[in-house]
Amino acid sequence: MSQTAETQSGAGGLVRYVPRDAVRLVTRAPAVDAVGLEERAASLGKRSIKKASKLWALDLAIRCMDLTTLEGVDTVGKVEAMCAKALRPDPLDATIPPVAAVCIYAQLVPHAVEQLRGSSVKVASVAGGFPAGLAPLEARLADVRQAVEAGADEIDIVLNRSLFLGGEYARAFEELVAAREAAGDAHLKIILETGELGSYDRVRQASVLAMAAGADFIKTSTGKIGIGATPPSALCMMEAARDFFTETGRRVGVKVAGGVRASKQAIQYLVLVYETLGAEWMTPDRFRIGASSLLNDVLMQINKERTGRYQGPDYFTID
Amino acid sequence: MSDPRVPVKRTAKLYIKGEFPRSESGRSYEVFSHDGRLLAWAARASRKDLRDAVKVARAAQPGWAGRIASNRGQILYRVAELMEGRRAQFETELADAGASDPRRGVDAAIDRWVWYAGWADKIAQVLGGTNPVAGPYFNFTIPEPTGVVGIVAPQEQSLLGLVSRLAPAIVSGNTVVVLASERAPLPAVSLGEVLATSDVPGGVVNILTGLTAELVPWLAGHMDVNALDVTGVPEDMQTQVEELATENMKRISRARDVDPFSDEAQSPYDVTKLMEFKTVWHPIGA
Amino acid sequence: MSDIERTTTRVPEPTMPSWEYAPAPESKEIVRLRDRYELFVDGRSIEPKTGRYFETIDPATEEPLAEVAEAGEEDVDLAARAAREAWETRWRDLPGKERAKYLYRISRALQERSREFAVLETLNNGKPIKESRDIDVPLAAAHFFYYAGWADKLEYAFPGRRPRPLGVAAQITPWNFPLLMCAWKLAPALATGNTAILKPASTTPLTALLLAEVVEQAELPPGVVNVITGPGGRTGGWLAAHPDIAKIAFTGSTEIGKVLRRNVAGSGKRLTLELGGKAANIIFEDAPIDQAIEGIVNGIFFNQGEVCCAGSRLFVQESVFDLVVDKLKSRLSTLRVGDPLDKNTDVGAINNRDQLEKITELVQSGIDEGAEIFQPDCVLPDRGFWFRPTLFTNVSQSHRIAREEIFGPVLSILTFRTPDEAVEKANNTEYGLSAGIWTDKGSRILWMAERMKAGVVWANTFNRFDPSSPFGGYKESGFGREGGRHGLEPYLDLDGGAA
Repeated sequence: MSQTAETQSGAGGLVRYVPRDAVRLVTRAPAVDAVGLEERAASLGKRSIKKASKLWALDLAIRCMDLTTLEGVDTVGKVEAMCAKALRPDPLDATIPPVAAVCIYAQLVPHAVEQLRGSSVKVASVAGGFPAGLAPLEARLADVRQAVEAGADEIDIVLNRSLFLGGEYARAFEELVAAREAAGDAHLKIILETGELGSYDRVRQASVLAMAAGADFIKTSTGKIGIGATPPSALCMMEAARDFFTETGRRVGVKVAGGVRASKQAIQYLVLVYETLGAEWMTPDRFRIGASSLLNDVLMQINKERTGRYQGPDYFTID
Repeated sequence: MSDPRVPVKRTAKLYIKGEFPRSESGRSYEVFSHDGRLLAWAARASRKDLRDAVKVARAAQPGWAGRIASNRGQILYRVAELMEGRRAQFETELADAGASDPRRGVDAAIDRWVWYAGWADKIAQVLGGTNPVAGPYFNFTIPEPTGVVGIVAPQEQSLLGLVSRLAPAIVSGNTVVVLASERAPLPAVSLGEVLATSDVPGGVVNILTGLTAELVPWLAGHMDVNALDVTGVPEDMQTQVEELATENMKRISRARDVDPFSDEAQSPYDVTKLMEFKTVWHPIGA
Repeated sequence: MSDIERTTTRVPEPTMPSWEYAPAPESKEIVRLRDRYELFVDGRSIEPKTGRYFETIDPATEEPLAEVAEAGEEDVDLAARAAREAWETRWRDLPGKERAKYLYRISRALQERSREFAVLETLNNGKPIKESRDIDVPLAAAHFFYYAGWADKLEYAFPGRRPRPLGVAAQITPWNFPLLMCAWKLAPALATGNTAILKPASTTPLTALLLAEVVEQAELPPGVVNVITGPGGRTGGWLAAHPDIAKIAFTGSTEIGKVLRRNVAGSGKRLTLELGGKAANIIFEDAPIDQAIEGIVNGIFFNQGEVCCAGSRLFVQESVFDLVVDKLKSRLSTLRVGDPLDKNTDVGAINNRDQLEKITELVQSGIDEGAEIFQPDCVLPDRGFWFRPTLFTNVSQSHRIAREEIFGPVLSILTFRTPDEAVEKANNTEYGLSAGIWTDKGSRILWMAERMKAGVVWANTFNRFDPSSPFGGYKESGFGREGGRHGLEPYLDLDGGAA
C-alpha cells in the first residue's frame, strides 16, 4: 500500500506528498479569521440573482445535485424510485436536466447501477464506515473496494476526525491515501464533517490534508449530525481549493451537503463558487450539492420564474 | 339604564417563556381593589411553577446576553412604545390598587423604562475600562450580566416599583423570574402581556403571581439563581432570605428608600449591582 | 425501466454560456423628488433671500435630480438667529429625558423610511445601494438611538462635572457619507442640549433635506434643527463667522479645515475638525491571508475609496508580497463596477467631476514617478464619473501617491520587513486618522496599536464604525472625537463647575 499521494503540480511536474508532509501541511495552513470569513460569506449571500441568471443557476443546481438517500430504511424500491426522479426530475418537463449523481449506501449500489445504466447520472456510494468512520481500517477499505466492484462511479468517505482532532495527522493522511488507492479509478470525495471540527482553522487544515491525499472532491458534511454545510465553512474550503490549485495546478471540487433544502441556499453556494473560484468551477465536475428535498424546491422556483406564480408542493412528485 | 353589554373579563395568568400558563397547581387567589371590590382571580404560582420559570430563564440567558447591546436597548425601547399604547389599562389598574395619581404613575413607569433602555450600550463605557498595570500587558475590565435574577417586586408601587427593579436587571443581559406584588398583581400581569407582544424573547422575563411568603423561600434558596432583588420581601423574612441566599453566594440588590418618582430612584449602579466584572490580561509585544 | 429512460438524456444547454448576474436594480419609485428644495429654517421651508438655486445631479448619469436653494449671508443670519432663539426658549431648558424622546423618534423614523433614504443617498452620492442600505442608513439610525440615551445621563458621562450645552452648533458636512455625517453631527449636538444648523455639501444636499422632513415628522420644536444649502465654501464661511454660533463642527478636507480654523481664530468659538487621512494598512506574513485580502479591498474600495479613513497605503511584509499581490489582483477582477442602484454593484460612481480630475491627476503622477499600475478590465458606463479600482506596486514613500490623499479607489502598495519598520513608515505622514493591522499574533496587535499615531486602529478588520466607538484623528487629520462617550465632550461646557 503506497503511502504517497501524487498530484499534478502547476509546473507540469508531480507533487508528491508523504505522511511526513501531513504535519507541515496542517500546521502551516493559513489562519482563518472567523469574523472576516463569516462577513464575506454573508456579504456574498446578499447577491441578488434574478431572472435569466436565476434560471441559469437553478438549472446548474440540478445538474450539480447528488440526489441523496442515506437512511437505515432505504429499500430497493425506495432507491429505484429515487433513480427515476434523478433521471427525470419533472416527468412533464423535458427541459429539466437529470441530476449529477445519486448518493446511497453501498448495499443498494447494484440496484442503482442497473437503473441508471446508459444515462449520465452517476452512482455515488458512501463507504468506509460512514458516517463516523471508526470501524477497523481494513473493514473500511474493503467497504470501499466492494462498492467500486459493485459499480459505483464515485465514493464518498469521511476523514478520520478521531485521528485528526487528536493531532495524529500523519496517520489520518495515510488512511486517506489508502482509501484513495482502494477507490482506484472511482472519483473520491472526502467528507470533512465541518460541523464538528470546532473552528474554521481546522476546516482549512482538513481541506489541505484531504486534497494532498488525492481527493477529487472535498465535501462539507455527512448530513448525519446537527450541523451540515454552512456558507462560511464552504467558503473556507473553497479558499483552500483555490490556493491548492495555485500551488499544484490540480482542481479539487467542493461538495456542500447537509441541510441544503431551499433554492435560495443552493444559489448562495453557487455565488460563493463563482466569486471565489470562478466560472471554470461552475460545473458538476467541480461543484456538487448533496440534497434530497432541495430538488423539488428548485423545480418550484423554476416554475415560479417561468409562470410568475408562487408554487405549491402538490404539483411536484415525491419519490 | 345601564349598558346591557357584558364585558369579557381578562384572566390573570402566569407569564413564563413568552406564554401564559395557569399555575400547575390549579390554584388561584382573589385580588381586591383598594376599596374592597373583587377585581380578578390571579394564578397562585406554586414552587413547581417557580422551578420551571427558573429553568426557562436559565435557558434564555445566554441568547439574551449574547445580543448586541444596542439591540437590547432597542428592544427595551419597544416595550416602552407598547406600554404607552396600553396606558389606559395600566391607569385603571393603578387606580384600582389605590394610586392617588395613576396617570403620573404610568408616565413615570414608561419614562423610567426608556431611561434604562438607553443604558444598554453605555454601561461598559462608564463602568468598565482599561487599567494601566505595571508591565507590558493590556488589561481591561468588562462588566457582564450575572445570569438569572430573582426579583421580589415591591408590594406597593406595583407598576413604577416593578419597572424600577426589572428594567435595570434585564438591560445588561440578565434574565429574570419576578414574584409580583401579592396585593396588586394586575399591573404586572399587564406588563407581561406587553412583554409578550414586544420583541423581548420568551423566557427573558417570567412573571409569577401568587402568595409572596409561600414563594420567596424557594426563590431565595434556588441554587441556579445568581442574584436576588429583595425589595418586596416582607420585613420579617429578610434575615431568612439572606441566610438562604448564602448557599450559592447570591448577589443581593434592593431599592433605596427614596421617592420612587425622583431621579434618585434610577441609577446605573442598579444595573451593575447585578453584573460581574471580568478583568483580562494580554501581553504587548512584537 | 423502458428504453426511453435508458437512453442518455439530452441535456439542453443553458441559454447563457457562463453565468452573468442579471441586472437587479432597486426601484427609484420610493423617492419622491421635488423639483426644487428650499431652506429649512425655524421649522419651515423658506425661499432664499438670494432668489437663486443650484442644481444637484446623479453622478452615475450626470442627470439633474433637483434644484436646491442657494443661501446668502442674510439667510445664514436668519438661520443663526432662529437657532439661537430656539435654544434659549425651546431647547436648552427642556429636561434631558424629553430631548431624548425626540431623538428616539428621529431614529425610529429613519428605520421606517430606510429604503427611501438609501435610494436617495445612492442617487445623489453615487455609492452602491447595498452600502447605503446596509451601512449608511442603519448606522445613521443607530447613531441617533445611541445619543438619545445620553441626553438624560450627562452627569454620568463626566464625573464631577455639571455639563452644560454651548448654544448653536454650525455643522458642515461632506459629500462622502452625506446622511451618516449629518447623524454624527446632529445626534450628539441635540442630545447635549444644543441647537444646530446643518450645512450639507453642495453636491449632496438631498438626504440632509429629507432628514429635515423627518425632523418635522418628529415634531421637534422649530429652530432646533435648521438646514441651509449653498455651493462651495462661502455659505460655510458665513456660518462659521456668525456671532450667534458657539461651536463649529467640520468634516472635510484638511485644506478647508485649516482655512476654517484660521478664520475662527481668536473668536472663542469651539471647533472640531475631522479631516483627511492616508491610512496605513499593515499585513504581516502570519495574517489570516484570505480575510486580510477582503479587509484590504474593503479598506480602499468601500465607498469608492472616498473615505477619510481609507486604507490607502498597503504595507506588505516582504515575505508574503507575491502571494498578497497576486490575490489582490485576482480579487480586483471580481469587483463589480457599475450602476449604483444595482444591488450587485460593489463599486459605484465618483461623486463629482472635480474629485475625478484629482484622482486622475494623482494616478498619472504615480505612473510618471515610476510606480507600476494595475487595473482590472471592467466596462465603465460612458456617462457619469467613473474610475476603475486601481493598485500600484513599486511605490516608495516619497511618491505623491504615497503621500497625498487621493480620496478615490487607488491603493499604493509598499513593503516592510520588521514591525519597527512598519511602525516607522506607517507614522511617517502628517495625517493620523486610522490604521490597519493584520496578524494572527495577539501581542503584536497590541504592540502595534500602541505605536500607531492614529485615532482609530483596526486589527484584523477595517472600516468598522459604531455609534459607541469614538472616531477622530491625530495630527492633521483633525481633532475631536465623534461617537461614544467622548463624542459628547465637543458639545459641552465642562468648566461650569463641579457637580
